[in-house]
Amino acid sequence: MMRIEIVKRPQHSALFSALSPFIALFLTLIAGAILFSILGKNPISALYSYFVEPLTEVWSIHELLVKAAPLILIAVGLSVCFLSNNWNIGAEGQLIAGGIAGSILPVMFPDLQGWYVLPIMLLLGMAGGMAYATIPAFLKVRFNTNEILTSLMLVYVAQLFLDWLVRGHWRNPQGYNFPETVQFNPSAILPEIWMASGRAHWGFILALVAAVLVWFMLSRTLNGYEIKVLGRSSRAGRFAGFSAGRLTFFAFLISGALAGLAGIAEVSGAVGQLRTSISPGYGFTAIIVAFLGRLNPLGIIAAGLVLALSYLGGEAAQISLGISEKSARIFQGIILFFVLASDTLIYYRIRIVSRAGDAVAKGA
Amino acid sequence: MTGTTRINGSETPLLEASKLTKIFGTLKACDEINLTIGTGEIHSLLGENGAGKSTLVKMLFGALQPTSGDIAWKGQSVTVSNPAMGRSLGIGMVFQHFSLFDALTAAENIALSLDEKTPLDTIAARAKEIGQTYGLPVDPEALVGDLSVGERQRIEIIRCLLQNPDLIILDEPTSVLTPQEADLLFVTLERLRSEGKSILYISHRLEEVRRLCDRATVLRHGKVVGQCDPRAETTASLARMMVGSDIHIIDRHPVEASAPAQAALIEVKGLSQKPRGPFSVSLHDIHLAVRSGEILGIAGVAGNGQGELFEAISGEVLQERPDIIRIRGTDAGRIGISARRKLGAAFVPEERLGHGAVPDMSLTNNLLLSRHSTDRKVFLTGGTLKLVAEASLASAAKRIVTQMDVRKSAENPDASALSGGNLQKFLIGRELDRNPSVMIVNQPTWGVDAGAAAHIRQALVDLARSGSAVIVISQDLDELFEISDRIAAMVHGRLSESVPIEAMSRERVGLMMGGVDHSTALANAGAA
Repeated sequence: MMRIEIVKRPQHSALFSALSPFIALFLTLIAGAILFSILGKNPISALYSYFVEPLTEVWSIHELLVKAAPLILIAVGLSVCFLSNNWNIGAEGQLIAGGIAGSILPVMFPDLQGWYVLPIMLLLGMAGGMAYATIPAFLKVRFNTNEILTSLMLVYVAQLFLDWLVRGHWRNPQGYNFPETVQFNPSAILPEIWMASGRAHWGFILALVAAVLVWFMLSRTLNGYEIKVLGRSSRAGRFAGFSAGRLTFFAFLISGALAGLAGIAEVSGAVGQLRTSISPGYGFTAIIVAFLGRLNPLGIIAAGLVLALSYLGGEAAQISLGISEKSARIFQGIILFFVLASDTLIYYRIRIVSRAGDAVAKGA
Repeated sequence: MTGTTRINGSETPLLEASKLTKIFGTLKACDEINLTIGTGEIHSLLGENGAGKSTLVKMLFGALQPTSGDIAWKGQSVTVSNPAMGRSLGIGMVFQHFSLFDALTAAENIALSLDEKTPLDTIAARAKEIGQTYGLPVDPEALVGDLSVGERQRIEIIRCLLQNPDLIILDEPTSVLTPQEADLLFVTLERLRSEGKSILYISHRLEEVRRLCDRATVLRHGKVVGQCDPRAETTASLARMMVGSDIHIIDRHPVEASAPAQAALIEVKGLSQKPRGPFSVSLHDIHLAVRSGEILGIAGVAGNGQGELFEAISGEVLQERPDIIRIRGTDAGRIGISARRKLGAAFVPEERLGHGAVPDMSLTNNLLLSRHSTDRKVFLTGGTLKLVAEASLASAAKRIVTQMDVRKSAENPDASALSGGNLQKFLIGRELDRNPSVMIVNQPTWGVDAGAAAHIRQALVDLARSGSAVIVISQDLDELFEISDRIAAMVHGRLSESVPIEAMSRERVGLMMGGVDHSTALANAGAA
């Protein structure tokens, strides 16, 4: 009789802390290969066209940055939430709220032109995301509601509100009844970084700046220290004189602002108008990005690129393999599953025991 | 003392463990331990925290399997593979932490642990009978939630006696009792001995071991370092065996009488507070005042509102009016813990990991926990950015580690990687390092080994004598008598008047801890 036990480590393992995302990615590839062979595809060539081919052309690297920008922006904000033990699952709704608020200017005042239009749009986008994130924060602090449920449910509210807007008041009168607003005028469009070679816009630069700023705050300032203390032990945080309620607002406001910024950057930079579907679930995928990046904003930059690749791979797979682009969602789910599973190795080690009491081998 | 020790006779001992060894990973928790328990003796197992007492006892009871070595029970070699087998052999155990359900009656709790399906009425009758025989009065119909700790312990003991064991193992039984309750327990134990039952008594309280036990086996670092008749030893010689060196005697030079009329540095006036949760105690009209140079000891059995009092004084919980708490003459009842620290107060809570320190954060980060507001200029730079100054934190941590003799394995380990005693030395040193004028410590040496405890107590005395006001909340009466200038007792959320140490006796503090009215206590003490 053999038995596998997991044994708590006396101290968390720095090695597995660094290794865990890579183990997770490796296991994801294996699971993907199995999945492809069940579907009757050659796993090697399928994985190649899924994960390598999108990186072989300049234009598709631009697409990668376009998709990575909102993922990184949102995940950086979520890392502040998750580190402080605030489980904001509603970034998708905050993204939509930001997209709507940021679109007020180009949709309602389409004739406004000038350098000031874009900054105001971005600020309104952030304000919209913040305002929307305040709701679950307030409910949590005031009524002790579970923020996972409230923030998630507010996503559906935001999605339906957007749907109602673009089919109703904000619909483009000359748009042949498509559920879309007017095309934004050029001064309301977030410009490309390098126009000659592809579509990547300044949203990616904003994401990098946000990641570095939040990384600095988390690792160097008292504010970041407060976030980590309260996230790990609320009682020790109270002993330190930190207020959990204030931090809940702070974390939701930061992540709401960044999700809102991602929303308006997506609308203004990648789409150019407001539509019913402005996001293929960036707000949810960003949760995976945050964990794959170990809740470290610099790690999140890398993780954002990886998850962006899964979106591109999904599109490529649709064309070259003839499988649904929904396969991207499957890959994202598998990654999250393995990331969380691999994290167990940071705090526990695996021991294989045969019969009663005799430890035979120590693995991991 | 009616018991006789028959171990020296020719008959086989009740239990004989030879070369019992238990290895956890690389740690030898028990190293070739030999232990012999005769019929009808109270045998004490002495040792500091981490000496291997619990591991040894768990192996005898069947809760752990020895790595090597033999256990002989009544002359027969046995393998105790689980606690049920231990019970069927006749080994009963009363644990330090009770396993009783609050919402059930005493009889129902006892029924839960019995293997066969005995009707509840029979159990209640037998429990009552055993209780009467052995001086363990318990109402079988009473809800456990309503009972005192001493009564709960009686239920555990009755539960154990119902199995009719030949050997009863008691793990630190008096740690939760008042002196009077402990006296009652000793009477019961002596009666059991007179009936020929054997008792293995685990304790680090040397006085009671000398009073009660026939023989003692002393453990240190997993090894037997001595066997003796504790009645022939002194407390000091037992302590020396246990610790391996002489224990530092606290130097408690008297308070200087030259400054008598000083105002109190910390005052609590009429503090009342409703319970904040289902397991919280309410506080009733608490008054106290501590002057410069003084240590006020607050005695009491755990769970009588000490934690709530601590959180009220620290400012983790605010008061209704500002003047309920005064720190150095300033009303502080409505300001938070950081502002109270800035008034010169320092706090060390009972729980180290998860309250006084964040377990998975380094020592330097934990240093910042209570110092970020008071020592802002030193530990934070960059103006409003409030950047954490790692270098200043590291040098301050180093200073504290040297000052308090904190032993650690790495340069800057996580708090959870330190032993309880070393972490406590660090947490006390963290506050002493800023020379607080008021210091409140809850259970300063709980679970701390004797050497570290002496160090901590001396540091508290020195702090007070240098002009600070110190409040020490403790369950350890020896500790309070050693360092306090005045002692008050806490019971059911009320605090008694404080009594100067010269006028205080163990009997009197015991009565105060038991909730006997102060005037009655005085009368009793006078009559005694």
